[in-house]
Amino acid sequence: MNRFFAQRRDRLLTYQAMRDKKIARRTACPACGAESESQDWHNKGQVCPRCGYHAPIGAYYRLEMILDQGTFQELEEKLSPADPLDFPGYAEKVRRLEEETGLRDAAVAALGKVQGRKAVFAVLDSRFFMGSMGTAVGEKIARCAEYATKHKLPLIIFSASGGARMQEGIFSLMQMAKTAAAIQRFQDKGGLYISCLTHPTTGGVTASFASLGDIMLAEPGALIGFAGPRVIEQTIGEKLPEGFQRSEYLLDHGFLDQIVPRTQWRQVLGRLLALHDKGGWA
Amino acid sequence: MSKYTPEEKVKIARHPGRPGTADFIDALFTEFFEQGGDRQCREDGSILGGIARFHGRPVTVIGHRKGKNLEENLHCSFGMPGPEGYRKAQRLMRQAEKFGRPIITFIDTPGAYPGKEAEERGQGEAIAQSLALMSSLTVPVIAIVTGEGGSGGALALAVANRVLMLEHAVYSVLSPEGFASILWKDASRSGEACSVMKLTAQDLRRGGIVQGVLKEPEGGAHTDWAATFRTVDAALRKELASLDKLKGPALAQQRYEMFRAMGQNLAPAGKEDP
Repeated sequence: MNRFFAQRRDRLLTYQAMRDKKIARRTACPACGAESESQDWHNKGQVCPRCGYHAPIGAYYRLEMILDQGTFQELEEKLSPADPLDFPGYAEKVRRLEEETGLRDAAVAALGKVQGRKAVFAVLDSRFFMGSMGTAVGEKIARCAEYATKHKLPLIIFSASGGARMQEGIFSLMQMAKTAAAIQRFQDKGGLYISCLTHPTTGGVTASFASLGDIMLAEPGALIGFAGPRVIEQTIGEKLPEGFQRSEYLLDHGFLDQIVPRTQWRQVLGRLLALHDKGGWA
Repeated sequence: MSKYTPEEKVKIARHPGRPGTADFIDALFTEFFEQGGDRQCREDGSILGGIARFHGRPVTVIGHRKGKNLEENLHCSFGMPGPEGYRKAQRLMRQAEKFGRPIITFIDTPGAYPGKEAEERGQGEAIAQSLALMSSLTVPVIAIVTGEGGSGGALALAVANRVLMLEHAVYSVLSPEGFASILWKDASRSGEACSVMKLTAQDLRRGGIVQGVLKEPEGGAHTDWAATFRTVDAALRKELASLDKLKGPALAQQRYEMFRAMGQNLAPAGKEDP
């Protein structure tokens, strides 16, 4: 019976991942302009075969690349956005994005295994309101931290976000406090949190859970910062240097442990989970 | 209903004659001993903090500082802290916890400073650490939004057991100008932004984001400082007395639950976990 459900869930993941890939598939690289076979992009997980540019990918696609087959179980899949400001046009846009992406909001949470080791995953998806954090995303991250605490599991979060979701106003801002507090509690009890930053991770997400990892990792070339480059240029009245706020720059300035190319996540995460086999649980 | 529109409130909240953190410290506390520096990199004038007595009792007081004239404004980056400011605040909060002092914060900032050096030194990381630290403190923490509470730069001093707001203060996810510019690509529509953002003290009280609204004198706090100080003093005494009934971990727990619940009732619950 369990096997039957595992297979069904796997098919579901494959289906969602296919959907993600269809959107992500491309031939001309937006970074270097080189034309390559879609299949080559696909084999590298939507990384340009020529220049190594990491194209944004969907949450299910990422989970499918990382998890052991047959171990994916989605958590809190019904959490969907609220509209506390009654913001004009917000509810309609949410519905449209739901249809387009198959997502309920910008985060997918799952239980799964990497190289045989169980962990709780949350993956942000930039196709849904630029991966921004409103009440549903904040609540999902907090519940992931609580679930991981309850079951003494490691927590792995892939961030890709424009920051707090403007359309939910101050309620989005409060999700920063909520998620940071939930992560802090989880860590105080001995939980391992691996924060994986992908392009782009900015604003209120950088300034909350995304920056609090015991281990801080990022994909190559990802834009990571608090203020966006355009706002900074307007404030200081000058152009920012090439590579500013990119992963390599953050590594240089001491804010990352390592940069991990997309095809190596599985291997790196598997190794880190093995190194923390017993966790720090009291 | 208030006689001011949200847009008018934003103007009052930013009024240069409004009492700032330094004025509140002068008026409500004695023996203020300023503490400078983050011990890592530099001193950030946009956060003012130190030890003082509140009705004889030692407390740690921290707030945003905007400055009173152009020279001071520049020294304080117009109240927009860099990472060093938040790290100084963290240092002071850890000390307050060590010595069992309650923490009182005054919030008045357009937001964290969006600059090159600020990013280089980890603005996002500094704010995140402040949020995480404040959420777990075992001493009473009271925050008062006195002017404008702008985005993460304000929240980083406001993860408190009680968050209070002056009647005409505002608190929002981003400045109305930034909000309009992000959503409508047009900063000049900030007036419209004010009316949809629910950023007034009254809106936030209704939304459960703040726990108390402090009445301002007729026309706003800038018209009668003494009256404003009396109100804030009374509110602080009352809240401190009520928090004194909670001990250490219970304070952290109350704060955690309060922020944990924000936005929780808005998003429908998922199914039972597998």
